[in-house]
Amino acid sequence: MKNILEIKNVSKKFVSNNREILAVDNISFEVKYNEFLSIVGPSGCGKSTLLRMIAGLEKPTSGEILMEGRRIEGPGAERGLVFQQYTLLPWRNVLDNVAFGLEIRGVPKRERYEIARRFIRMMGMEGFEEAYPYELSGGMQQRVAIARTLANDPKVVLMDEPFAALDVQTRAILQHELLKIWEREKKTVVFVTHSVEEAVYLSDRVIVMTARPGRIKDIIPIDLPRPRKRDSLEFIEYRRRIVNILKDEVLKSYNMYRYA
Amino acid sequence: MNFRKFIIPLLGLALWELLALWLNNPVVLPPVECVIKVLINPQMSILGTGSLLDNTLISIKRVLSGFILAGAVGVPLGILMGYYPVVMDLFDIVIELLRPIPPLAWVPLALAWFGIGETSMLFIIFIGAFFPILLNTIAGVKGVPKILIETAQTLGAKEKDILLKVVIPASLPSILTGLRIGAGIAWMCVVAAEMLPGSSAGLGYLIMYAYSLSRMDVVIACMIIIGVIGLILDRGLRYIEDRYFKWRYLIK
Repeated sequence: MKNILEIKNVSKKFVSNNREILAVDNISFEVKYNEFLSIVGPSGCGKSTLLRMIAGLEKPTSGEILMEGRRIEGPGAERGLVFQQYTLLPWRNVLDNVAFGLEIRGVPKRERYEIARRFIRMMGMEGFEEAYPYELSGGMQQRVAIARTLANDPKVVLMDEPFAALDVQTRAILQHELLKIWEREKKTVVFVTHSVEEAVYLSDRVIVMTARPGRIKDIIPIDLPRPRKRDSLEFIEYRRRIVNILKDEVLKSYNMYRYA
Repeated sequence: MNFRKFIIPLLGLALWELLALWLNNPVVLPPVECVIKVLINPQMSILGTGSLLDNTLISIKRVLSGFILAGAVGVPLGILMGYYPVVMDLFDIVIELLRPIPPLAWVPLALAWFGIGETSMLFIIFIGAFFPILLNTIAGVKGVPKILIETAQTLGAKEKDILLKVVIPASLPSILTGLRIGAGIAWMCVVAAEMLPGSSAGLGYLIMYAYSLSRMDVVIACMIIIGVIGLILDRGLRYIEDRYFKWRYLIK
């Protein structure tokens, strides 16, 4: 079995103000073991909804999502999700936030602190173990949230625009760190972003989605060795290609909002 | 300390003293020094009903009993009502109907059910403290950001973990606010309850008894003690809120 995730004919409808909105329309794709897969698309295209369905936080209206052949019925520790918003528990310090997942799974204190410290170091947050979320900047909070998800050792790491609120330098550093961890820990990553450059830099494959209702427009394998150089010709060519595919969709979604 | 804060209180004291001297009638308004004399001798027996200190301690004991009882029922019930829609549906209408009834409106029923004495007073204090505790607890639980619960779920948390490690810690500041408001109301209720017929001790009783003997210096001394204790109660709980729940105000 080489696919860890199978998304089969998944659609999702929402009801808002008595109107049905089709957010995700009949999407199917697979994610291979140890793959780094990105999903890009215009805002409102349902990419976050798709990710939330894989996490088990939303149920598909039709279709199904399988993990290792089993249907996903709800959230679970084997599928960790890093949210776009800041989600640290405000009454816990950094160490206890990172150790939270291990704590609920009953890992003894010494062991879970040891693991937590390792991931805190990995995300460059050493020295902030005792700090509380309100003492940290947004970027630091997000690093802690990533450390928390990784420390919990999920098989699949789902990331919903985790670097969207960060400055360019921090973003580049964290992308680099994330790739290192992904390679070393043999994780499968599904990464939602609206940055084409980020997707090309990180991924094995990039899924491009259409404007709402979200469908798959194209899947582009990125056949470049890592570490990738953002200013190489091939990199720029990939970026241009995806941006071109996206352009019409972004316009569509822009007009949709404008005339809605 | 800010000197300006003391201008009005000092002016008020001066005005009181001048007015008392001008009226020269301690049954209407005793001079400041008479009240102070009562206050600085708290262990002196007053009018044959025990000292100021004894009566104060009796009132405090009553408030604590009623307040702890209200917390012991209000906090768990509030958590359950806030978290489980079933529990909310079961209790909602009853709570909404009983809540607007002022604690003192319960007095006749309390006297009929429990007779004259401690149990009736305890009941009135309980009623007074219970609703703010309950409502703030419910609001705290309902106000827990959904995303924190979802985060815990994706880390593998089950229902029990979510309740114990996310919902309850997240609503603690709100629960504490409820306890603080409840304590304030309990304190008001005890004084009122002690003024009821059949009461024979406590600050409320002392006020009414001193009034019947036209001892306004004792009345005012009791009022000052009631005010000071209420203030200490409020500030003490507020201190805990600020000290241990600083994160509440600083969430980014």
